[in-house]
Parts: sequence; structure tokens; C-alpha cells
Amino acid sequence: MLKYIAKRIGLAIVTIWAVATITFFLMNMVPGGPFLSEKAISPQATAALEAKYGLDKPLPQQYITYMWDALHGDFGDSLKQRGRTVMDIIKMKFPVSARVGGLSVLVALLIGIPLGSIAALKRGKFLDSLISVVATCGIAVPSFVICTLLLYFLGVKLRLLPTIGLSSWKNYVMPVLALSFYPTAYIMRLMRSSMLDVLGQDYMRTAKAKGVSGILILFKHALRNAILPVVTYVGPMLAYTVTGSFVVEKIFTIPGLGGEFITAISGRDYTLIMGTTIFLATLIIVMNVIVDIVYKIVDPRIKLK
Amino acid sequence: MSEYLVDIKNERLSFFTPAGEVKALNDVSIQLKEGEVLGIVGESGSGKSVTAYSLMGLTAHPGKLLGGSLIFNGHQIDQMSEKEMRKIRGNEISIIFQDPMTSLNPVYTIGNQIMEAVLFHTDKNRAQARERARELLELVGINEPDKRLKQYPHELSGGMRQRVMIAIALACEPKLLIADEPTTALDVTIQAQILELMMSLKERLGMAIIMITHDLGVVASMCERIAVMYAGKVVEYGTAEDIFYNPRHQYTKGLIRSIPRIDTREHERLVPIEGTPVDMLNPPKGCPFAPRCEACMKICLREMPPVTSFGEVHYTQCWLNQKEEMEKGAANE
Repeated sequence: MLKYIAKRIGLAIVTIWAVATITFFLMNMVPGGPFLSEKAISPQATAALEAKYGLDKPLPQQYITYMWDALHGDFGDSLKQRGRTVMDIIKMKFPVSARVGGLSVLVALLIGIPLGSIAALKRGKFLDSLISVVATCGIAVPSFVICTLLLYFLGVKLRLLPTIGLSSWKNYVMPVLALSFYPTAYIMRLMRSSMLDVLGQDYMRTAKAKGVSGILILFKHALRNAILPVVTYVGPMLAYTVTGSFVVEKIFTIPGLGGEFITAISGRDYTLIMGTTIFLATLIIVMNVIVDIVYKIVDPRIKLK
Repeated sequence: MSEYLVDIKNERLSFFTPAGEVKALNDVSIQLKEGEVLGIVGESGSGKSVTAYSLMGLTAHPGKLLGGSLIFNGHQIDQMSEKEMRKIRGNEISIIFQDPMTSLNPVYTIGNQIMEAVLFHTDKNRAQARERARELLELVGINEPDKRLKQYPHELSGGMRQRVMIAIALACEPKLLIADEPTTALDVTIQAQILELMMSLKERLGMAIIMITHDLGVVASMCERIAVMYAGKVVEYGTAEDIFYNPRHQYTKGLIRSIPRIDTREHERLVPIEGTPVDMLNPPKGCPFAPRCEACMKICLREMPPVTSFGEVHYTQCWLNQKEEMEKGAANE
């Protein structure tokens, strides 16, 4: 186990380095720069700014400088948000996104797993069809549509929930619902198909032949086997969800990390692009290692090498 | 109370599939006394497993019991609720399945899966249940039981897993053990070991066994009574002696002719039963075996044959036997 984790960490470092390198050169290939704006800035001022942030140096040298600093935990200052380091921004914005995202993953699991299982148990019945239709909608409808519908009905028409900011628990309801819609639907579908598979297995018949009651068969024998595909999906999905969604954060004016991703790219805020990308990559890798370990716990047949 | 442990009378059971009604069991009657071994033989789809499963109340969807009476150990099985059935399953009546590789839950230890049956049907606590599981593993001839209890199914071989399945089945010392082709998925040497184990356990625990198989060799060595099934009917029923030395039904005769024998000469060929099994969605009107029968008569295609008895146990359902018996009776008079 320890050897496995050590190996995964080694692999993770290589992966993160590759992601950082590709991102670095790709973003520099995109035309434009951080100091272009509608207001004309004098060439001297631009040159001074570029010199301050080291952007006047040749690209390979910039790359080496950046990687060296990053290796020492210094991800630089944001080019657009004056006086803030990239670390400051991530430290400030990530907890907000993580709270909303974490809650929505929780909701997705709590709704998706039972409903998917019920659909499998009632295969071909009305309830199954209903759940399948809802699941398909959840996957097909984009989040901005769901956000808008929620805002319109719950916020504007019924005036049940506040539409802006994150000042009380009520503010969380709509963004969490909107964010959880897709993963809920996806988990329902995963759960339904894997549960159907498990219900047809011989060991379910063995359990029944032992005289075990229906509910115990379901919880003890079926669920643990059927949940594996969900575990696989939830790991990386959690990484994406806790780093925020641009659309949902914009619509509900949530000061989260999701917005920073997009504004950093459109503003060519090079250091912030690098910082957020490396952060997301690290998170995904960590989640995958956790998934592997959880897998091993759920299914003893799996060997970690 | 019936003198029989198992008394199935005129059981009719159908599967209502989208393609139509499949009459899986058609007037099946089977009796078995305590401590006896009954073999049910027949080809795939003849209804041998369905008979056994219905006795445990494990008929799979979309199967439905349409008529008849099923009595086991004084319980009227066909009248019982699922909840009442649960108390009997795994307790008074147990089953072992064909494929030990898939019949154990891969994510729980052997110990856990044996203890489950013990905990469910007795008021033993966990420690006692574990002790019982250990005993059971020893009983079925598994070495190092303490180590095995903590192992998962994938760490055991096929033969071992089947022994574990037997241990689970025996957890509450059932009165009846149903073995649904218990050796089909195992290789030959292991087959012999498992059969030997079952017979020795039967001697020791005094339970009755219903052995479902399509291997006549297995039946010959183990069973006191044999039911030959074809297309949802018991076409011939008798003691092992009746079936092997005095078979009367054309299907039974065909089956016995098709067994390879040790004294077969080199170029002698096995005699197969010609034709294909019955299409259960559209069974023939008369005797289901008539289209494949060498001695088929006109009436066989028109009407279902009645039961012809030859003594106390042995009977067939065949027009030819009926005719022979009537002629014999007429000659005697």
C-alpha cells in the first residue's frame, strides 16, 4: 500500500510537470497579452510592466524561471489583480467553490444512489421510466438553463430564495441544486445499470436461498457490489465540482474559483492561468489516488500495485 | 401429515414471457421420504431446476405457480407467504448451485457468508456463529479453517468454493438439500470428491437430497429414486434399479443407450437421441417426446399419455407402455 502511494506520488509529479509545461507554452502561443486594453497605454509603460514581470525575456527563460519558482512554492503575482499573489487568490476563492461544490456532490450521491437503485428494482415499471426520463433530462439540459429556471421560479416568481451572494444557508440552495443536477442524473444512470447487473448475479440467488430478507440482500449484498462504478465517477467529478463552475458562479454571483479560471484566460493573466491549472490537475490526481484506495476497500479482489 | 418429506402433486408452473406462455411444469408429481436421495435427470429446459426452485419459493420472475400442491416437511409451500418461506429457506431446506465461481459474493469473506445463514436462523451470537462456521468448514473437509474464514472467494479454487457452498447449505442442518448440478462446473477429479463428500455428509446428518443433473453416471452412483423429466413432465419414475435395468419409456431407453460404456468395443458408435428438444412455446398436442420417438403411434401425436404403473414405485407416461400393459392384462385373463 505505502509503496503504491509512493509510486503514485512520483507519477503525479511527472503528470503535473507535463500539464504545466503544455499549458505554459500553449497560453503563450495565444495572441494578445495581459497589458492590452481598450485604453491606449504608452509603449514605454507596457515595456516597463513587461520588464517588471519578466515578460520581456525570451520564452524558454521565462519558463525556467517560472518552474524554478513554482518548485519553491512561489506561483507569482497575478498580472491583472494588482497586489495579490496567485496563492492568495486560490486561498480566498477555493473555499467558497469547495463549499458549494462539495454540497452538490453530497446531494448528487444522496439522491442519485437511492433513485438509481429503485429504478433497477422496479425495472420496466412506471417509476423506472419516470426516473430514466428525469435522468436523461438532467444530463441533456445545460446548467445555465437550469440556473435560469431556478432563478425565475424560486427566486423571482415565488420569492422563496435570495438570488445573489452567499450570505445565509438559503443562498446555497439554488446554486447547489443547479450544480448537482448533472452529477445526480449521471449517478442515477450508473447506479441503475450496475444494480441491474448485480441483481442478476448468482450470489444474489445464493443470498436469497439462505433466507436473508429482501432489504438486507439489497443493502449488504447488492449495494456494495453495485457502487463501484459510482466510486470511479465521483472521484474526478468531485475535483471538477469543488473547483467551481463558471456558469453557476456567474449567474448566482458567487465569488468562487470557477470564475477565476475563465477571467484569467480571457485576460491573459498568465500566472493565474498556470496557478489554477496546476491546482486543478493536482486535485484530480489526488482524487484518483483516493478512488483507487476506496476501490480496494470496497472490492477485495482489487490489488494495488 | 404426509408420510413424505417432499410431496409434490400435479404441479403446474408457467413462465409468462413476452413471447408467450411457457409451460415449464406440466402435472409434475414427486415424492421423497426423509433421508432419501432422489435424482432428477433430463436435458436443459426439461423443468428439473424449476421444480426444485419452486419448492424453495425461488421461482424466478416471470414464473407463476398455476396449480398443484407442494408439501415440504408438513408445510404447504404453495400457500406460504414470502416471509414464512424465508424462515424455511437456508434452514430446513437448502440448495447448492451449479457454478461455485459466481455463487459466492466476491466482496465478503467466506466466514461472513457462512455466518450469515447461521445468524439468520438461530439465536447464536457472532462468536458462536463464527465457531459454527469453523466447524462447518472442517465438516466439508477444508483445511486451515481459521485462515479460510478470513479469506475472500477469489482466493479459493473452484472445488473449495463448492465446499464452502455446501458448508453454507448445511449451516442449519437442513432436512433437505437440493443440489442443482453441483459438479457440472468442476473438473472430473473434483467432481468425484464433491459427490463423495455429499454422500458422506448425508450419512452423517441424515438429510434427504434432491440431485438435479444431466449426468446419468452421477445419478446411478448416488440416487435411490430417479425421476426422468422431459418437457416439463416426469416421463418415467422409479428406483435406480428400475431406471437402469428395466427402463420402459423410450426417452429413458434412449438416454441409457447414449451413455458411453467401459465395455464398448472400439468401433462401436454411441447412439444419440435423434431430433431436437421441444419448443416450449409451442409444445406438441400429444406426448411431447412423440416427434423424436422411434415407436411413435398415431395416438401419441393426438393425446397426452396417461400414467402406466409397474408396481409400487415405477411408472411411466407413455402410450406404448399403456398398450403393452393392456395387452399383457388381456393375455392373462
